[in-house]
Amino acid sequence: MNAPISPPPETRYTVLDAPRRGIRDVLMRWEVILVILLAATTVVNTMVSPYFLDVFNLADATFNFSEKAIIALAMALLILVRQIDLSVAAIVALAAMGIGYAAEAGFGPGALFAVGIGIGLACGVFNGLLVTGAGLPAIVVTIGTMSLFRGLTQVVLGDQAKTKYPQEFLDLGQSYFIKMKETGISWLFVPPVPLSFLIFLVLAVLFGIVLHKTATGRKLFAIGSNPIAARFSGIPVDRLTFLLFMVSGILSGLAAALLTARLGSMRSNIAIGWELDIVTMVILGGVSIAGGVGSILGVVLAVFVLGLVTFGMSLNNIPGQVVSVYIGALLIAVIAIPRIVDRLGLRKPAG
Amino acid sequence: MSEPILTLTGVSKTFPGVRALQNVSLALRPGSVTALIGENGAGKSTIVKILTGIYTPTEGEIRVAGEPKSFASPRDAWAAGIAAIHQETVMFDELSVAENIFMGHMPVGAGRLVDWSEMRAKAAALLKRIDAEIPPEFKLKRLSVAQKHLVEIARALSHEAQVVIMDEPTAALSANEIDDLFRIVAQLKAEGRAVVFISHKFDEIFRIADDFVCLRDGDKVGEGPLSDVTEPQLVRMMVGRPVDQVFPKRDVPIGGVALSVRDLSNATEFADVSFDLRKGEILGLYGLVGAGRTEAMQGLFGITPLTRGSVTLEGKPLSIRSPADAIHAGISYVPEDRQEQGAVLSLGIRENVTLANLVKHVRGLFLSRPSEQDETRRLGRRLAVKAANWEQRLGELSGGNQQKVVIAKWLATRPKVIILDEPTKGIDIGSKAAVHDFIGELAGDGLAVILISSELPEVMGLADRILVMKEGRVVDEFQRGKWSAEAIVGAATGARKEAA
Repeated sequence: MNAPISPPPETRYTVLDAPRRGIRDVLMRWEVILVILLAATTVVNTMVSPYFLDVFNLADATFNFSEKAIIALAMALLILVRQIDLSVAAIVALAAMGIGYAAEAGFGPGALFAVGIGIGLACGVFNGLLVTGAGLPAIVVTIGTMSLFRGLTQVVLGDQAKTKYPQEFLDLGQSYFIKMKETGISWLFVPPVPLSFLIFLVLAVLFGIVLHKTATGRKLFAIGSNPIAARFSGIPVDRLTFLLFMVSGILSGLAAALLTARLGSMRSNIAIGWELDIVTMVILGGVSIAGGVGSILGVVLAVFVLGLVTFGMSLNNIPGQVVSVYIGALLIAVIAIPRIVDRLGLRKPAG
Repeated sequence: MSEPILTLTGVSKTFPGVRALQNVSLALRPGSVTALIGENGAGKSTIVKILTGIYTPTEGEIRVAGEPKSFASPRDAWAAGIAAIHQETVMFDELSVAENIFMGHMPVGAGRLVDWSEMRAKAAALLKRIDAEIPPEFKLKRLSVAQKHLVEIARALSHEAQVVIMDEPTAALSANEIDDLFRIVAQLKAEGRAVVFISHKFDEIFRIADDFVCLRDGDKVGEGPLSDVTEPQLVRMMVGRPVDQVFPKRDVPIGGVALSVRDLSNATEFADVSFDLRKGEILGLYGLVGAGRTEAMQGLFGITPLTRGSVTLEGKPLSIRSPADAIHAGISYVPEDRQEQGAVLSLGIRENVTLANLVKHVRGLFLSRPSEQDETRRLGRRLAVKAANWEQRLGELSGGNQQKVVIAKWLATRPKVIILDEPTKGIDIGSKAAVHDFIGELAGDGLAVILISSELPEVMGLADRILVMKEGRVVDEFQRGKWSAEAIVGAATGARKEAA
C-alpha cells in the first residue's frame, strides 16, 4: 500500500509573483503583430494614395465598418465562451424592418432606436433560450435563426424598400458627432467623429474594462477555458451565456438603427453576409475559436486593420472581390504564422 | 550479462524555465524488466516521451543496439523497435481491434488495397500469442480497459518491438486482469524483449521488475537490481526524505453538529441519504465505484438535481439549487475529476485560486490584482505548491500540484464544510502525504470534512467515522476504533446480505 512518508519540507524553492518576460514574449503577443500590421497598412496606403492620410477621408472610412465593429464586440465575448451567433446580420435586417415600419408610423429618432434595440433584444433572448434552455449547440441554433429572421424580413417586405424616415434620424446617421467648427478653438485639433464610430469606441472601452478588469470578465475566461470546472466553481455558466446572446441581439439592433439612419433606406437584403465579416474581425483580433483566449484590444486593432485595408483599396479603385481575396489571405496568414513560428520552436511551447 | 538493447547517455530535456530531465543515463537489457520510479513530475513521462519520439532531448544520446539514433517523430521510434502502452489507451474506439493493431502498417494486397482477411488472420495470431480471447473484428469501444491494454501489447508485437514501455498499465485493472498482464510481461521477458514498467504500486514493482531506475526532480537518484533494495529505501530515494508514520491521525476536538443531511434523494442515483457531520470531524464515505457517493455529494453541492431531502448547516435550513448557493452557504466540493471539473488548466495559478470566490477580490467595480496575489501566495505556500511563478498555467504543473491548487481554490471560499472526492487519485506519493496531512489540519481548524475515497487505508487512516454506501444508499456506519477492514468491505460489497 502507500509508503509512509512525511510531507515535503516547507519551502526549498521560491515562487515568483509573475514570470520574467523576455523581449521575445512581448514581441510575439498577438496585439503587437496587429499593431505592426496596422502600421504596414497605413504606410503602404499612404505611399500609394495621397488622399489616404486625410482626416476627413479617414473619418468617412469609419462609416463602413463601425456598425459591424459594434456587433463584433458582442461576438468576441460569445466566441470567447465557446459560443457563436451567426444570426446577427439577420437580426439587423429584422430590426431595420421594424424601424422602417415604425418610422412610417411617425415615431421619432429616439423611439426608432428603441424599436431597433427592442427587436434585437427579443431575437437575442430567443437565441439564448434555445442555447441555454434547450441545450442546443449555438452554431446550429443561430444558423437556424439566421434563416428564420432573414426569411421573415423577406416574406413581409418582398422586394419593397422602406425609405421614409424623419430627418433628425437621418442626421444622426449621416453627420459627424463632433464638427470641426463647433469646437470653436482654432488651435485645438479635434478630428471629426461620426456617431457610429464614437459609439463603437465607447463600447470598446466598456467591453475592454468588463472583460479584463472585472470579476464578470474573469468568469467569461473561465467558462471559455473549461465550462465544467467553471460550473463547479459556482459560476452561473448558463446565465452568463444567455446574457451574452442578449447583448449580441441588443448591439445588432443598435447597429440596425445606425445603419438605417446612414443609408436612409432598407431592403430585405440589408447587411447580408455581415456575420462572416464580423467573425473575421473577431478571429483576426486573436480570439480563439476554441474559447478562453482573446482581448478586446486585439479585436479593436483587427477592426482598424480590416477597415483601413478596405478603405485604402477602395481609394485606389481596387474592386471588392480583390479586397475579399486579400482579406482572406491576410486572415489565413495571420492565423498560420504564429503556429509556424511555434513549430520552428521560437516561442514557448503551449502547454 | 547481455549487451543493452537501448541506452540513454547524459540525456537532458529543458523547457523554457523548466528543467524536466538532467543528465540521465540508463541502459535497458533484453529479457529484463526495468521499473522506472519517481513521484509525479520527477521526469518519468519525459523519458517515455523521449523514447517514443514525442520529445527531442536537449542534450545527450540515444543508442539502439549500439547505433546512435535520433527520433524525429513517433514513427521513428516505432521503426527502431520501441513501443509504448499508455496509462490511458490512445487508440481508435470506432475501429476494429485488427485495424487498431495494424494502424499505420496495414497489410496491403493487389492494387494497394487493405488485405482485410490477412489482417484479421495476423491479428488473431498475435492475440493468440498473448492468450487474449478478443475477436479481431470487434470494435475497440466494446472492450474493457484491460482488453485494450492487450490490444496495445499485440500492436507492439506486430511491430516486433524490442523495447516495450508500460506507463501505469495497471491503474484501471482488477486483480485478475493484473495477473494476466503480468503473465504477458513475463512472456515478453522470456522472448528477450526489454520492458520498462512504470507504476506507483510497490508490490507490483517488486513482483514483476528486475531492475529499477529512480528519478527525482529530473535527476536520476538511484538504480540497480531490485533485490538489493527494500521498499522503504525506494520511498526515501523517491521523496528524498525519511520515512515516518502512515496517515498521522491528529487528535482533534470534535464540536457540535455542523451539517445535517436528511433523506437526500435523486431520481436514479441515490436515495434517502441521511447523516450528521460535526465540526472538526472527518467523515469517510466508502463504497465501490458506482455506489452513488459522488452523485449524492454533487447533489448536496447543487450539481445533481434532487428530488427530495433537506440540508441544514449550523441549524439553518438551506436551499441549494446551484454550486453558487452551496459556496455561499459555506460548502465546498473538491471534485474527483481534477482535469475536467476541478482545474482550469489553461488559466494561471492565481486565476484558479480565486475563481470560486472572486467577489472577495472586487474593489469598487474591479478585481484587485494585489488582493488576488496575496491570497494566492498565502494558500499556495500553505499547501506547498511547487511552481515557477504564481501566473504559471495550471496545465504546466504536475498532477499533485494541480490538485493542491484546486484545494487552495476551495479553501479560498472559507468553507465550513469541505467535501473531498478522491483527493489523492492519480497524484504522486509526496503530494499524497501532503494532502493527507492537510486534511488533518483542516479538521484541526474546525472544518467539517467529508472524505470520499476508494482507498480503504486512506479512509481508515483519516476518518473519525465511516459511512458505507451501496447502490445509492447508506448501508452501514462504523466508528473509529470499532471497525475492521473486512467489515467495511463486507458492507460495501454486500457480502453479508445480498439484496437479490
